[in-house]
Amino acid sequence: MTVLTLSKALNEGLRKSLEADPKVLIMGEDVGKLGGVFRVTDGLQKDFGESRVVDTPLAESGIVGTAIGLALRGYRPVCEIQFDGFVFPAFDQIVSQLAKQRLRSLGHVKMPVVIRIPCGGGIGAVEHHSESPEVYFVHAAGLRVVACSGPADAFTMIQQSIASDDPVIFFEPKRRYWDKAEVDTAADLSGAVPLTSARTVAEGSDVTVVSYGPLVRTCLEAAVAAREDGRSLDVIDLRSLSPLDMGSVVASVRKTGRCVVVHEAPVTAGLGAEIAARVTEECFYHLEAPVMRVGGFSTPYPPSRLEEYYLPDLDRVLDAVDRVSAF
Amino acid sequence: MALTVPAHQSRYGPPPAGRGDPAAGPDHKEWHVAVDADGAVTAAPGSASLDRQAGSRVETIQLLTPEGERLEHPEYPLELSTDDVKGLYRDLVLVRRIDTEAIALQRQGELGIWASLLGQEAAQVGSGRALGPRDMAFPTYREHGVAWCRGVDPIKLLELYRGVSHGGWDPAEHNFHIYTIVIGAQTLHATGYAMGIQRDGLVGEDGEAVIVYFGDGATSQGDVNEAFVFASVFNAPVVFFCQNNQWAISEPLERQSRVPLYQRASGFGFPGIRVDGNDVFACLAVTRKAMQAAREGQGPTLIEAFTYRMGAHTTTDDPTRYRLATELEAWKLKDPIERVKAYLVRTGAADAAFFEAIEAESAEVGRTVRQGCLSMPDPQPLAIFENIYSEPNALLDAEREQFAAYLDTFEAEEVAR
Repeated sequence: MTVLTLSKALNEGLRKSLEADPKVLIMGEDVGKLGGVFRVTDGLQKDFGESRVVDTPLAESGIVGTAIGLALRGYRPVCEIQFDGFVFPAFDQIVSQLAKQRLRSLGHVKMPVVIRIPCGGGIGAVEHHSESPEVYFVHAAGLRVVACSGPADAFTMIQQSIASDDPVIFFEPKRRYWDKAEVDTAADLSGAVPLTSARTVAEGSDVTVVSYGPLVRTCLEAAVAAREDGRSLDVIDLRSLSPLDMGSVVASVRKTGRCVVVHEAPVTAGLGAEIAARVTEECFYHLEAPVMRVGGFSTPYPPSRLEEYYLPDLDRVLDAVDRVSAF
Repeated sequence: MALTVPAHQSRYGPPPAGRGDPAAGPDHKEWHVAVDADGAVTAAPGSASLDRQAGSRVETIQLLTPEGERLEHPEYPLELSTDDVKGLYRDLVLVRRIDTEAIALQRQGELGIWASLLGQEAAQVGSGRALGPRDMAFPTYREHGVAWCRGVDPIKLLELYRGVSHGGWDPAEHNFHIYTIVIGAQTLHATGYAMGIQRDGLVGEDGEAVIVYFGDGATSQGDVNEAFVFASVFNAPVVFFCQNNQWAISEPLERQSRVPLYQRASGFGFPGIRVDGNDVFACLAVTRKAMQAAREGQGPTLIEAFTYRMGAHTTTDDPTRYRLATELEAWKLKDPIERVKAYLVRTGAADAAFFEAIEAESAEVGRTVRQGCLSMPDPQPLAIFENIYSEPNALLDAEREQFAAYLDTFEAEEVAR
């Protein structure tokens, strides 16, 4: 076991994948000499060379589009989109090309492409650097969408994503890049939780709290605080946003009868809406309260001086827990 | 064949009358339709120039005139046996026949839509026959002639237009990727594929290269320009083959560019060349040379095949709303098939029996395409759920199961009756 930051855990996971398979490539803006603006690819170009860790021209559609071509040639590109708000120039290549090559070719083509996107707010950044665009990609069949929340998962999930023959949109919680935890860097993937599975990160019996990415830590803190009020929260880290591991969520809600979904993205047509609908369909007779959502407002992400009001925090999670418990 | 474009202004001078007007007047189109019988396209005086750089020349490579006269070009020597020429003629005739049959099938309701290649046969067959078996091609949705050269069964092309699949052939089987419908997106795929060839160490002697097809309209797309940048800075072995058929649905070339398209390449740092797109010999020779340069590590080339979309954009389009019939008449004189026929007749290389045999084969290909279309089964409803992911997906599986059960209720009703 080694104590690593989330950023370094990703770096180690990428390194393992690069070592294991010569077809794995890393491409993006500033991923080479600089090591990425968050240093996730630090040192990799030095060790694996410029043809495997590629500083690309500054063009997101170009990065993803050429990654598709490289995948068609048998490579496994891992693209870095520098910030969440910069993924949109690549949107067509992701949702209309990357996601659909397999179907378009009736299964003849596989698309082992990973697109890493630092996401979410909380770092005092300017516009386009704090967004949570995951739902756009969850809506595009053919893509898998995952979000890591801590160093240990980051280390395994990035390797699992690279090993997948389907395209994976990989969200990294940028304000948690410096969170530290123990990571077993010697472990192989055989014993790891499958990439499609959610994980229960706190056991409880009163309210199910479903989250992913940067707010998992917030929800864990809420669980500690709620315990002082005599409430136990069952906290689920979804990890996989597409496909959703509804089995884990449903099992928990059938136990607790109450559900709160927490994410940074706007609540309107967000993942919380999807989960609420599915929980209602599958847990109708177990529910003691409507499913509640805690998320970003249905507004653009505000200037950073206002982000502490916009972002769900401990108190807003606890407020929702109080409200579902009041039924 | 070369022509000099009259210089009408300095590079930084005031724009010609009407140029700044978003609703450009009719003079705006003039050069576009000014075509000489020898294939030259001339900028009409007083209108937007093909080339705004004073005094520069626009050269179009031509090796076979519309009258079937063979020309030599020092940079593009082309040795073709009589059988080679006959083979090209056969390709041209058969791909036109497939196209004609598909249009008829659409008119009869058997295809939802069809994108005709009429007029572009030489550009497609010439470039398609320039490829080696290990070269890779990335088409748009109109490259039926290239598909033919790569050995893709024409019936597979109809699947897409009939709505049976979104493509469905194995790109690796023919080294011919699936049709891409979003304009220009495939130029990046081709560039990435070429970057893969570089990483495979297959640039140089016995190298491989990629060709990607797109049209004049696509040159305005960001993706195409990004592909130019990536290909250039990485020196990728890719040939950008632009069929400038003069029209992006209803928009003329001048709505896409103020310079001849092949000249765009110089700004990206690689060679651009214009070829008579209705001359199968020239398209073959120019593409061969560019592909060989790419294979050897000399990087990308932009080829502008100057041609004409003689038909509608697709079967849903009505070109009479936006272009003059005289324009089509002018281009008919430069038909890509007629000039090869004229050459074969003029040189005595082919007799009437040859042409009759090709006609008979063409009729047979037409029948086969028609029959293949009519006998194509519709996919089963549950095929909706197939080939989305390589691994099982619990949510999709559940939806499939529910939908299958729902469909079964109808069958049960049928049985009950």
